[in-house]
Amino acid sequence: MNWRAIWAIMRKDLRVVLQNKGVVLPIILVPVILFVVLPLLVLWLPMATSSAGADNGDLQELLSMVSPGLRAQLEGLDTNAAGAVFFLVYMLAPLFLIVPLMVANVIAADSFVGEKERKTLEALLYTPTTDGELLTGKLLSAWLPALAVSLLGYALYSITANLAAVQLVGKPLFPNLIWTVMVVWVAPAAAAFGLTSMILVSTRAKTFQDAYQTGSLVVLPMVVLLLAQTTGVIYFNIWLTLALGLVLWIVSLALLYYGKRTFHRTELIARL
Amino acid sequence: MSDPIIAASGLTRRFGDTLAVAELTLEVRRGEVFGFLGHNGAGKTTTVRLLNGVLTPSAGQARVLGLDPMADGPALRRQTGVLTETPSLDERLSARLNLSLYADLYGVPKGEVKPRVEALLKTFELAERADDKVGAFSKGMKQRLALARTVVHQPVLLFLDEPTAALDPVAARQVHEMILHTAREGRTVFMNTHNLVEAQRLCDRVAVMEHGRLVAIGSPHDLARRLVRNLTVEFELAPDSTAQALQVLQQAPGAASAGPRNGVIVVSGAERAAIPDLIALLVGAGVPIYQVAPQEPTLEDVYFALHSETEVKP
Repeated sequence: MNWRAIWAIMRKDLRVVLQNKGVVLPIILVPVILFVVLPLLVLWLPMATSSAGADNGDLQELLSMVSPGLRAQLEGLDTNAAGAVFFLVYMLAPLFLIVPLMVANVIAADSFVGEKERKTLEALLYTPTTDGELLTGKLLSAWLPALAVSLLGYALYSITANLAAVQLVGKPLFPNLIWTVMVVWVAPAAAAFGLTSMILVSTRAKTFQDAYQTGSLVVLPMVVLLLAQTTGVIYFNIWLTLALGLVLWIVSLALLYYGKRTFHRTELIARL
Repeated sequence: MSDPIIAASGLTRRFGDTLAVAELTLEVRRGEVFGFLGHNGAGKTTTVRLLNGVLTPSAGQARVLGLDPMADGPALRRQTGVLTETPSLDERLSARLNLSLYADLYGVPKGEVKPRVEALLKTFELAERADDKVGAFSKGMKQRLALARTVVHQPVLLFLDEPTAALDPVAARQVHEMILHTAREGRTVFMNTHNLVEAQRLCDRVAVMEHGRLVAIGSPHDLARRLVRNLTVEFELAPDSTAQALQVLQQAPGAASAGPRNGVIVVSGAERAAIPDLIALLVGAGVPIYQVAPQEPTLEDVYFALHSETEVKP
């Protein structure tokens, strides 16, 4: 492997990607909403409802629907504290995974399909890089930023969520085991899933927008997880978190294996 | 004679039912500027792709710089530079960054990247705009930058695909100068073009493609001699003898037509061998001849002669 060439591909892709507002905006906005705005809402809502004299019946109803395992975790906490733990630790966990998935997906869309659209791929195919180096460079240029944004987002989230937690629960909730596993095991797998699925999409999509729209369907499993947890079907305990990471890694590796078989310059240039 | 730098034998590429390149056999010599002529869709770009190992041939084989393009693709592409039909530049990046990234991709020694990039920016007259985004460049500047990128790793063999397409005459002239400059440095140039004037001006030898098939190969001069048999000949005569001369020439068996133009008589469709007979007829009729100028056929004449032949052939 020629790592200098791989690094050059990454540098090139990242520099180009960071100048595309269609890529940068979701990369900034989604983490800000999830990691800053939502935790602050969790802090603000109970204060707002109590100052308005409203009861928290809706929250009680929601908490009554969660799985028995999760209910056990929330035992002994008053409704507002239980609500805070539910939202901050469990409910936002699947939403957290949307970040590495989405960041990897959108960068990969620009890297694989945007390059074709901008007509810059042909010159790259004429370089002495091997197909493997080309693919590695493109994968890393989406995967590493996704990890970086996840880590940064988690750091930010730990601060804002702890601000809310200290007020409502009386102690900080982060770091904790589930979220640590989430960040070091599941988030990299989610990022890998986001970008390897884009290799498949890129064989059909003609424009960045096409690829982005089709590729964004990969967040659906996370939405299903969110609904499943809200309706009490599952909850994010340590085993589920580990298993989720494993499933995402297996699917990503399968997609990578398939993608590697289709990612040949002789095929790519014929599609230009 | 040294080994050819490119040797293709029966090289063929199909896309479904379409035959893009059909049994192409040719050799390109080291150090020459070789023109590859043909209409759009004649198979020129496909040939460049096949010769660089980025497209698999359906049949046949090629050796480029002694290497098999499919088996030794990376090693081969380290020694070739390809200017693609569209400049294929990252328009969101600066000219300097475009060059330095490709220097890294081509494995230019780290210590040489900066001085080489600076030298190229200067040579290709881009130094003043080196840090501007390429998207703001004119077409001519983009093409010069693409050409600079093509030689950043000092390849021994250059493939230029329509290097002046869509450029205005001034920009095209600049690119021609750049091509001649790189050729003078000892590189072999394989140039796809449908610009016949450009080919005539720059190329030592040309090959003409028609619907994926090679229909002629040789120097522009040889091809003209071989393929264009009928010449245009200008006769400059004493002004008061024009009418008499026209009468003689219009009845001469070796000329298809004759008529006055800008003070001379122009005979077209004359066979080369008939020129002495035409002169003898005029001299015999007492016409004073000041000058006889056969117009050498251009590559354009060759091209259209070939084109009309292939149109007639089934």
